[in-house]
Amino acid sequence: MVLITRKIEFSASHLYHNPAFSPEENRRVFGKCNNPHGHGHNYTLEVTVAGEPDPATGMVLDLKELKEILEREVMQRMDHRFLNYEVAELKGQIPTCENIARVIWDLLDPQIKQGRLHRVRLYESADLFADCYRNGAGC
Amino acid sequence: MGLKIELGRRYRFAASHRLYTDRLSEEENARVFGKCANPYGHGHNYVLEISVSGDVDPATGMIANLVELDPFVEREVIEVFDHHSLNEDVAAFRDVVPTTENLCIEIYERLKSFPKAKLERVRVQETTNNSFEYAGENGREKL
Repeated sequence: MVLITRKIEFSASHLYHNPAFSPEENRRVFGKCNNPHGHGHNYTLEVTVAGEPDPATGMVLDLKELKEILEREVMQRMDHRFLNYEVAELKGQIPTCENIARVIWDLLDPQIKQGRLHRVRLYESADLFADCYRNGAGC
Repeated sequence: MGLKIELGRRYRFAASHRLYTDRLSEEENARVFGKCANPYGHGHNYVLEISVSGDVDPATGMIANLVELDPFVEREVIEVFDHHSLNEDVAAFRDVVPTTENLCIEIYERLKSFPKAKLERVRVQETTNNSFEYAGENGREKL
């Protein structure tokens, strides 16, 4: 099995706010991420697909196709958007790294037909990221 | 089949060490450890990467709140190692050579009791060219 990883970057804004919490509780739990008008990040997404190289092409999957999937499913949906208000899949969720990574996994998994989605790693900054794996799969 | 989600966080500390053991002769130390055995030690800018897992709390969207994770790592690791000599200032390295392999194990042991999420693994980058990972005694499948 071979792993192949493609990286993309997108920029988006968000804020953390739970309407079930009091203003004080929101501030205590989320700190400055609760500032009412939001803030933004340059996100880096690494998508790893696992598979056997096709003997005819030497490829696990056609990277061009993966690039198109990422453009369609992630870039067009999230790049230069306010994640809380403009991304339907995140409605009702706090757009943390964990939740965005899971949404991206759910968007990509059915689209990847050659090989199998192995890992989604989403960096919010160089020092903070979330990883999604299929449960039971090695890392 | 469900999803497994992990939160990864990076921290930085600078420390000095010397790779040398009394169990070997001067010549053997020099042969085994090379310039890392130079008598007064040397230092690195270490990068620590930790991964924790657990349920994503629907109320916060988080596996672990950084407001809790960061001070825990700060207290257990950063304050202990940053701007210190690993050999002289950290009890665990009195009789253990402070290689980055052993540093990984020591950091894992210090962080595994984090109460709010499960520590999956630690990765320590000694330089941009060397990094080491540890996931506990039975952690082979988590690497």
